[in-house]
Parts: sequence; C-alpha cells; structure tokens
Amino acid sequence: MNVTMTVNGQEVTRDVEPRMLLVHFLRDTLDLTGTHWGCDTSNCGACVVHLDGKAVKSCTVLAVMCDGHRVDTVESLEKDGELDPIQQGFHEQHALQCGFCTPGMIMTARALLNENPNPTDAEIRVAISGGICRCTGYKNIVSAVRWAAEHERAGQEA
Amino acid sequence: MTTVENLPSPSAERPIGFGRLKRKEDARFIRGQGNYLDDIKLPGMLYGALLRSPYAHAKILSIDTSRALAAPNVAAVVTAKDLETLGLAWMPTISYDTQAVLAGDKVRFQGQEVAFVIATDEYSANDALQLIDVEYEPLPAVVNARKALDDDAPLIRDDKTGQRDNLASPTWEAGDKEATDKAFAEADTVVTRDIIYPRCHPAPLETCGMIADFNPETGQLDIYNGNQAPHAHRTVYAHVAGLAEHMIRIMCNDIGGGFGNKVPVYPGYVCAIAGSIVAGKPIKWVENRSENLMSTGFARDYVMHADICSKDGKVTGLRVDTIADHGAFDSTAQPTKFPAGFFHIVCGSYDLQAAHVQVKAVYTNKAPGGVAYRCSFRITEAVYLVERMVDALAREMKVDPIDLRMQSFIGPEQFPYETTTGWTYDSGDYAKTMQVAKDLAGYDDLRREQAEKRARGELMGIGVSFFTEGVGAGPRKHMDILGLSMNDGADLRVHGTGKAVVSISAQTQGQGHETTFAQIVAEELGIPPEDVTVRHGDTDKSPYGLGTYGSRSTPVSGGAVAVVSRKVRDKARLIASTMLETSPDDLAWEKGRWYVKGDPEQGALIEDIAARAYSGEEMPEGMEGGLDAQVIYDPPNLTYPYGAYIAVVDIDPDTGHVTVRRFIAVDDCGVRINPMVVDGQIHGGLAEGIGIALMEVLTFDEEGNCLNSSFMDYLIPTSLECPDFELGATVTPCPHHPLGAKGVGESPNVGSPPAVVAAVIDALHETHGVDHIDMPCTPARVWAAMQGRPEPPQ
Repeated sequence: MNVTMTVNGQEVTRDVEPRMLLVHFLRDTLDLTGTHWGCDTSNCGACVVHLDGKAVKSCTVLAVMCDGHRVDTVESLEKDGELDPIQQGFHEQHALQCGFCTPGMIMTARALLNENPNPTDAEIRVAISGGICRCTGYKNIVSAVRWAAEHERAGQEA
Repeated sequence: MTTVENLPSPSAERPIGFGRLKRKEDARFIRGQGNYLDDIKLPGMLYGALLRSPYAHAKILSIDTSRALAAPNVAAVVTAKDLETLGLAWMPTISYDTQAVLAGDKVRFQGQEVAFVIATDEYSANDALQLIDVEYEPLPAVVNARKALDDDAPLIRDDKTGQRDNLASPTWEAGDKEATDKAFAEADTVVTRDIIYPRCHPAPLETCGMIADFNPETGQLDIYNGNQAPHAHRTVYAHVAGLAEHMIRIMCNDIGGGFGNKVPVYPGYVCAIAGSIVAGKPIKWVENRSENLMSTGFARDYVMHADICSKDGKVTGLRVDTIADHGAFDSTAQPTKFPAGFFHIVCGSYDLQAAHVQVKAVYTNKAPGGVAYRCSFRITEAVYLVERMVDALAREMKVDPIDLRMQSFIGPEQFPYETTTGWTYDSGDYAKTMQVAKDLAGYDDLRREQAEKRARGELMGIGVSFFTEGVGAGPRKHMDILGLSMNDGADLRVHGTGKAVVSISAQTQGQGHETTFAQIVAEELGIPPEDVTVRHGDTDKSPYGLGTYGSRSTPVSGGAVAVVSRKVRDKARLIASTMLETSPDDLAWEKGRWYVKGDPEQGALIEDIAARAYSGEEMPEGMEGGLDAQVIYDPPNLTYPYGAYIAVVDIDPDTGHVTVRRFIAVDDCGVRINPMVVDGQIHGGLAEGIGIALMEVLTFDEEGNCLNSSFMDYLIPTSLECPDFELGATVTPCPHHPLGAKGVGESPNVGSPPAVVAAVIDALHETHGVDHIDMPCTPARVWAAMQGRPEPPQ
C-alpha cells in the first residue's frame, strides 16, 4: 500500500507491504542505513529515530503507521556542514567505539535535550537506558550528553 | 563551519605520537555513515535465511522443501543433501573437529542449521522457512556437562568413527602433580570449592552475517563479512571450498562489535558461499538476534573443582580439575597446542610453591563455541577461579583479602618470572598497583562504612580481585592456530609528500585502530597522525596476519607497526646522509628528522627525505627509490598486563537485588599509546564483566531448550546497571615489546567478575553465612543464597 511521510524534511511516497517495519523502510527502501537494527525485541535501541519529534524504536513501528507523519534520522542532524552538539559531544568525550549503537544513542540523547536542556547525570542515564551499548560502559556517553547540553546552553546564551 | 576535522582542539590534544588523540573513525559513525555488513547492497543480490532445529537432539527422518520452493520469490532451498554433492555438508572447526554445515542425519542442538532458503528479498526468504516440512524423531538430550559422561547419557557424536561416549577431548594437564600434593601436605589451611563459570555470550550489537559474491566468469569470490581475522578466514575458505586463495577477497568494512563472537567460521557463511557459487549471484545472509544467541560462539561453560592452600600466611598451592562443556561440536577457539587455551595461567599473580591443573572436555546438546569472549583463550576462567579461591582462603584464614594477596604476590624483583605451570611473565609490580587501587577506593573507609551499615541491617559488600593476563598470541615457536603462525604483518608507505599509509592485518571492531596505529607511526616517524591512513579489513590491501582477538592488536600488530616504522626510519637515515653529505653514523634522530650530531641546525625533515626518495635526485649507493617497508612481526613472548579491581555493592535485603555502587579499576598495561582509548576499552570490559557477574547467562532446560534466546532473556547491562567507573593506572613497560606496550582490551572483562562476586559474598557472609555463590548473581539466586539454598546455574 502507498505511504507518504516526511523523512528528514523531504516528502517521500512509496508502495510498501503493510507488515514492513519502519527500520526496514528507512534502511532498505530509502537507503538511510545510519539507523541500525540489533535485536528484534525492542531492547537494544540501535534503531531509535524521531517520529514527530519523539524518540521511537523504529523496529516497533510499521512504515504504514507513519503515513502523514514526520520521521527524522541520524542523517538529519548535521545541518549545512555543522554537526549537532550531541554528535560533537560523542566525538569529544570518546562516547563511541564500534559505532553501531551510536546513531540510536545520539537520537535518544537529542530527544532528551529537546525536552530537558539541563539534565542531571541520573536523568541522562535513565533517558539512554532503553539502549544497549556493548563497548563503552556508558560512562562516556553520559559525559557526551552532558558536554552537548553545556555547549548548547552556552551557545544559546551567547 | 564546525566539522570533526576542524573542531577547536588545543595542541596538547593533537599529539604527534602517543596521547589522548580523539578518534579519526568517529567522523563517519556520528553521522550514521558507517559501512556495516547489512548496509551493503550489491546489484542482483539474493537473500538467504536459515531454518533451524526446534529440538536439541533428534533424528531427521525427512525434509520436504517442495512447498517452500513453490513460494513466491524463492530461488532455491539448500539442504545437507545438496551440500554433500559439493563436499560442503561438514566443515572443519578451529579445533580440528568437524561441524555440520546443514544437519543431514540428526540435529545436535536447538538452533542447529537445517536448511538454507535463497529468495529475492529477506521477507520472502523468512516466509519460506515456514513452508519447509522436516520430520524429526526426538532423542533424549544431555545439557549438563557433569552428566555427559554418564553411562546412560545419549551419544551425541555418532557421526565420528570410534566415538562411544561424549568425551570431546581427553584429560589435559599442566603443572606438577607431585609437588602440588606436597604443598598441600605441608599447608596450614586448605579450602575447597566447586565453581562454575556459566555459559555466556559475547552478543555484539551487530549480529553475524555475510555477503558472498562469486563470479562464475572469473572464478573470483568476493566476501563481505565482519570477522575478526579476515586473512585466516580466507585461508580456511580456500581449504573448505576448494577455491584458490588468491581468488578470494574478504572485505570487513565496519564491524559492530566482535568480542570473540566474530572469530569462527559459521555454517551460515558456508551456505552463503555455496549458494553464491551455485546461483552465480551475490547472496546476503544476516542472522537475527535469536540466531546469534542460540547458535554462534558462546563463551566459558567451565565446571571447576579446586583446592587452594596456604602456609605461614601466604598462598602456596592450587589444584584444579575442570570439565569443559564444548557443546555439540568442538569449535573452541585457542592455539592448536593448547586444548584448554591458556587456562593453566591459573596460578594468577601469586608466587606459588606448586600448582596442578587438569581439564577434560565433553560434548553436550548445546551450541558449539567456546570462543574467547573478550578473553585471551580461557584466561577469564582461570582468573575467576584463582581469585575466587584466594578470596575464600582469606576468609577461612580470617585475613583481609588484600593483605593475603599482598603477602602472596610475585615480587617485582622476580621478573621475568616462570610460573609453576610454564608461563614466563615479563614484568610487573603487583603490590604497587594493588596499593593504588586500595588508596583510590578509600578501602579502610569503605570497611568502616560497611561495619556501620551492617549494624543498621544494611547489606554492603567490598570485593577485590587482582589478575594477570597473558595476551598477544603469539610466538611462532610456541603456538599456531590451524597450523598458521600467530604473527601479524605491517606495510608502511611514506609518500613523496610526507603523508603515509600503513596497512595492517589486525581487524578493528571498535578498538580505534585507525587512530592508535597512526599514532604509532607518528611517534616513530614524527608524521602527524592525521597524515597517516591506516588500512585494514581488506585481504587484497593488507598484509597477512591473524587478526584481532585475545588482546593481540597492540602486542602483535602494534609491534609490527613499530618495527616497520623503524625500518623506514633506518632507510630515511641513509637517504638523509646523502642529502646532508655526511656519514649515517654522524646522524642523530629526533621525532620527525635526522640531524647532524653536534650541529643540530643541519638536518633533514622526514617529509624532505620522503620527497628525495621519490625524486630524480641521487639515492645512496645501491638503494632503491621510495620510502617504504614491510614486516611480519613474530612476538618473542606474550605480554602480561595486570590490574587490581575493587567493587562495592549494595544488596537489597528484601529482594536480593545487587547494585554495583562503585567500581575501581587500576590497570597496568605498560606504555599507553592513547590513554583515552585505553580508558574506553576498560569501561566497556567492566560493563561486560558486571553483566556476566550479575545478569548474562545462557541456560537450558532438561530437553535442551535455550532459555535465553533474545535480549528479553539474555540481559545486558544498561546505563542503569553500570556505575560511574573510577580508573587508575600504573605503567610498567613491557621489556620485549618494541613500544613497551601490553594488550588491555580484555583485562576488564577478565578482572571484574571475581571482584563483583567477591563483593556479593562479602555482603552476605557475616549476616547470612554465604561463602559461595555462582554467577550470575541475579536477585533470585542471591535471595536463594540468603535463605541458605544456593543453586548452581544448571
């Protein structure tokens, strides 16, 4: 069936199977492979994207459910060659190793800072607890989100 | 414009050489531009899916594929019969056993591969799996290693001629039995424990998979596959599939974690290759999470019985008897001459009078594997055992666990130190590192806090572990895998503009090789790391070597890159002598240039030397142009990193839930090339170790059903289970490594489980009489132990 949605600011229309998952639609149909798949059971969070600005696990959303909605992926974050502060923070604080969980973690953190620009470490840990990182032990991810929050606030005050 | 390339960084953060350099590889990953296996699409590509056995042990009476073949978009259905015609129904394992690629006679574990469907898309391939009719005759299963050799245990490997029981390998021994008996006879205190290191799984976030692309016109086989040892895999495929090795190219690209899980060759790989050879089209196969947990390389599953003894306040002897559970096929990963891996490093960090170790291995109706999950070939099991035993001994002797360790450590003056089981430790100052950890933790204050809390009925525990690892396998005089020497190559080319490309045989899965190996070249040649490209992961573009596992990248590949850089530097010296019209002996090196001794103004920068090497100008007599070199590095010994870890836990007295409140880790891995990357490795390994200690386990019911086949049941720590790790460091350079470095990636996974378990027991011993608990320390198991009903995991 036909589905029309706005992905990273561009309207797309495709004919998809009703059972197609959003993660497969993004990866296989639109070739947006920055969103990853890791578990089948909504536990790992590698597939987190924004649906109308809210963080969702795209393995738990059908593509057809997004008809008329807005989807944003990790590929949308860098604007005019400028990285999102969270992307910068992940680099600055060594918050990634193999990189596989990174897009999901970054999109999760972006959603957190959109709602709460000044989270505590405990709030950051709760926010990212829906995702699994097998490499970093999370310590540097927490630092990265804190770094991004601080720089974003400083940028807005300037 | 801000990009990663021009983020503002103070110069201290851009070292030319060793230091906390931010990673080059981040630029693509933070943008979602990594290139993982499942991101690759080739024209005309077909998709494979595997049908797996629902039974742990059953005869296959018939397989009917006709309905699946008639399904929409299905191109082929492959069974064992089809593979037999290609000679591919069975494949050799890494341990000289054989493993069924697709089961023909019977299935031997739940999740075993039975048929392979090839279709035009992934959804259709998986739909067709439901249409394959397999008739099974279920057989009794054995899942408990202790029962595998019982007379009434079902024979699992009836495919092996002469196999009459489930013994996978005969008893293997190390150490001196008689001397050990003597140590025990003379001892003051003896403690005995039965300790299980349960079956767990590396579970990298990216599962395993492959794209095989055979070109029938040219006979070229291109393989895209995230594996930790691409060159060794190429050799294996040449032997297994009967293809010429020079016509096979393996490209690894980015890998979403490995941790040992991506070392072996799996049946799905062979199916993809066979499918592509027959279909003449590229075939992609990617396993789902359940397939990953149920069928690919698990880790540990060691059932250990041990005695430890002390005399005059010092640990003196250790005796270990182990049953290794290999599952249905022996595909354990270790060097050929070491059937129990490096398990006999079990003497740990202690100056023992004697030790004796024996290990026998059994088959069970469980998945094959026995990979080294972030572990140098069974050292994790060894460290867990000796540290648990030393802890139990300290408790029996009523001495502090740190004090007993301090009394028993190998002294710094004793290195190089020969253990009673045959290892030559290279360097160490164990007491110093232990003291740093003790100070960092505020150990005495923690003990006071514990006493106060205990008086209030709160359960707080402090656990200590000290480990010695042996990593960087290994010297060709001592070890090989499948007859292949465990050496690594490096090929360094400095271009005429002074920029360089270094190709290595190590294979990153997130370790940051693109940054740290560039830093080694930078340190040795003075070329800024941003001007050094590190190539890896493509067998056509990198020298031969055995890849990345067993913490061997820095010890072996790092050695190779240092040595090849020095070869280039030596050549540069000769060229500089021509340029400066002086004898090479009159030149001295400082980072980035050769200069005339006594006249430092007179010198040649490395980029000027490189320009000269490619120019039309005169070269030294008899020397070829260009500035490059290659080496195959054969390490003279393993490197022996070590560390002292302290865990602080709180246990909810009402639920048995364990919270790791603090974790202090002081590692000594010799010289640190990039301390930021080292710290990151330690954080990740600690998280995994805490997971193993508290949550991660693969269990089976009596019929062999896997009870942890998804992330709903195989629990991996999240940000809420991991504390804010506190790290410290001591630096004792490795005397034989060109850079003084040792491996580190696995240390935290090795060292943390015994610390956490010791802390759990420490919290419960005085109030609840608990003196042993097996991992994982789940709330239910801790609660049972608190009620005096400790249960083994199986």
